[in-house]
Amino acid sequence: MAQRLNSVVTRHFSKLTSLSSTRKLTENVSSKPKTASGSEITSDHLLYTPEHFALKESLKKIIDQDINPYVDQWEAEGIFPAHKVFKLLGNAGFLGVNKPVEYGGLGLDFSYSIAMSEELGNIRCGGIPMAIGVQTDMATPALARFGSTELKKEFLLPSIMGDKVACLGVSEVGAGSDVATIKTNAVREGDEYVVNGGKMWTTNGTQADWMCLLANTSDGPSHKNKSLICLPMNSPGVHIARKIDKMGMRSSDTAEVFFVDVRVPCKNLIGQEGMGFTYQMLQFQEERLWACGNILTMMDNIIQETIQYTRQRKIFKMPVLYHQSVHFRLAELETEIELLRSLLHRSTALYIKGNDVTKLASMAKLKAGRLSREVGDSCLQYWGGMGFTSDVLVSRFYRDARLLSIGGGADEVMLSIICKYMDTLPKPPPKK
Amino acid sequence: MSRVLVGVKRVIDYAVKIRVKPDHSGVVTDGVKHSMNPFCEIAVEEAVKLKEKKLIKEVVAVSCGPTQVTETIRTALAMGCDRGIHVEVSGKDYEAMGPLQISKIFAALAKKEEASLIILGKQAIDDDCNQTGQMTAALLDWPQGTFASEVTIDGEKVKVVREIDGGLETIKISMPAVLTADLRLNTPRYATLPNIMKAKKKKIANMKPADLGVDMVSRVEVLRVDEPPTRLAGVKVETVDDLVAKLRANGTI
Repeated sequence: MAQRLNSVVTRHFSKLTSLSSTRKLTENVSSKPKTASGSEITSDHLLYTPEHFALKESLKKIIDQDINPYVDQWEAEGIFPAHKVFKLLGNAGFLGVNKPVEYGGLGLDFSYSIAMSEELGNIRCGGIPMAIGVQTDMATPALARFGSTELKKEFLLPSIMGDKVACLGVSEVGAGSDVATIKTNAVREGDEYVVNGGKMWTTNGTQADWMCLLANTSDGPSHKNKSLICLPMNSPGVHIARKIDKMGMRSSDTAEVFFVDVRVPCKNLIGQEGMGFTYQMLQFQEERLWACGNILTMMDNIIQETIQYTRQRKIFKMPVLYHQSVHFRLAELETEIELLRSLLHRSTALYIKGNDVTKLASMAKLKAGRLSREVGDSCLQYWGGMGFTSDVLVSRFYRDARLLSIGGGADEVMLSIICKYMDTLPKPPPKK
Repeated sequence: MSRVLVGVKRVIDYAVKIRVKPDHSGVVTDGVKHSMNPFCEIAVEEAVKLKEKKLIKEVVAVSCGPTQVTETIRTALAMGCDRGIHVEVSGKDYEAMGPLQISKIFAALAKKEEASLIILGKQAIDDDCNQTGQMTAALLDWPQGTFASEVTIDGEKVKVVREIDGGLETIKISMPAVLTADLRLNTPRYATLPNIMKAKKKKIANMKPADLGVDMVSRVEVLRVDEPPTRLAGVKVETVDDLVAKLRANGTI
């Protein structure tokens, strides 16, 4: 009985694949989404100036010419050429938008980084924007702010130029959301640190030239005993154990790395010993807003592609789109996307004026993760069988976006932060 | 040494789905994404390349229209043009503006700026006129090298390889001249972020057609704009004989 069912299913699926291979050709013809409304309000924008829009236009050209044509191939290969892509972006000035001018950056404020994150959402996968985000806004901000001149010359400058690929070593096999419990340590021996331990979920890990490593450098309270160190990835003792095979973000190589008696000069310490945790926390707001900007454009594109598809796909003699449940649901999702966009722009505007936007940034990240899952899930449903194939963007988006509620600060962590600001977390019983 | 004028037109972005206004007076432009005409981008790129080769001294980007066209001029500045000129045209004059008015403006500017070359895109993707370059040359009584796929400056002369129906035609014309850029002339650079920020400081001069002694009156009136007819479904036939019979039946053969 099970065998018969199996053969029926396989036949049905092979019929689907043959159908989808012919459909793929027609899908590709319209696969460059024509913006239905083509609307983008460029004047009277709350946050963006003509320069922001010029930035987006230039970046879009690079994406259309040098990135998107290769995405399918890189997704299939499970890796994208980071050095090549980063050099391209570095040449055009996109890797140092808010970094100091002395090191090749543009010294612009964070709103330009957000404009860039939004535009990167036009890349037809989540892996590459994520990898770029690590390079620009996760592995380098602390170095830019607190690193010594020598250190910045060695690591920051080439990273901004696109000559060196960076990765961030924070999460470990045994410590993710609870960063304070990481076990990797860097013990001082003369004028070197000796590093032992390992890191997990290291984006760009198999291609990186250096790692911004968070390690324990002393005993003491877990928030005050960690430091950030610039670790060259070709140092003896650094083992890239494996490239992790993931459900999504497949074009981004994610490594599990081990350190066995790795020696790093002490001058590679960023800023002060013991301040590593604080430094890393300082950039969380930026990371979270960045992730939000990125996913907004992707969600826009998915909605537009779904509208296009359901407009021409007929069911019960009329376009799928004409069924009220479909266009109403898309309207709901579009509404929520705009709300999230407003939150993002409002938070960014406050942030660039020097305000602390931890609560708003955490809310934006939380909503971004959850909304993208809803958008992916609802839209995929409307694509029907086609949505289930690897030929369409919506299935890739479904897989890629799922990470957002997990990485960069899990939903649960965001909720805790918001509760902290709302003062609703349980308090320890008062001491007698 | 020489100065080049480059014309840049702000058009609806090529990727946008065009919609006709309900009153059929034109297409919807409000709130729709606009960008530089792709052939104008190629023209700018060629001019900037000539400047980088030190064959010309200054590149001036010119656009005619309402305030929004300054965005397009800024893009040209970010690509490497030295300064811009915004010829302000708005309202009814802008709606009625066509190649004749533009070429009059360019002819006046060419004299005022003492330009040795005018480089334009061969046509705009919104009206597909392919007239401005030719009209400008005629008004100035200058030689023209249109549909250029290769441009080489040789002293006071320009060698232009033109894309024509039969293939490629090479001509040599004296400067000052008008050139129009075809698709294969070059691949336009994208403006790097540092250049975008530098472009903020470059100057854009503002003037009106009247300042150039140009009369904007149009002798062309658009009566009606319609969408192309919807493509009808095809009919499948089983055999060649059926095909011939059907073609005969509907009078095609």
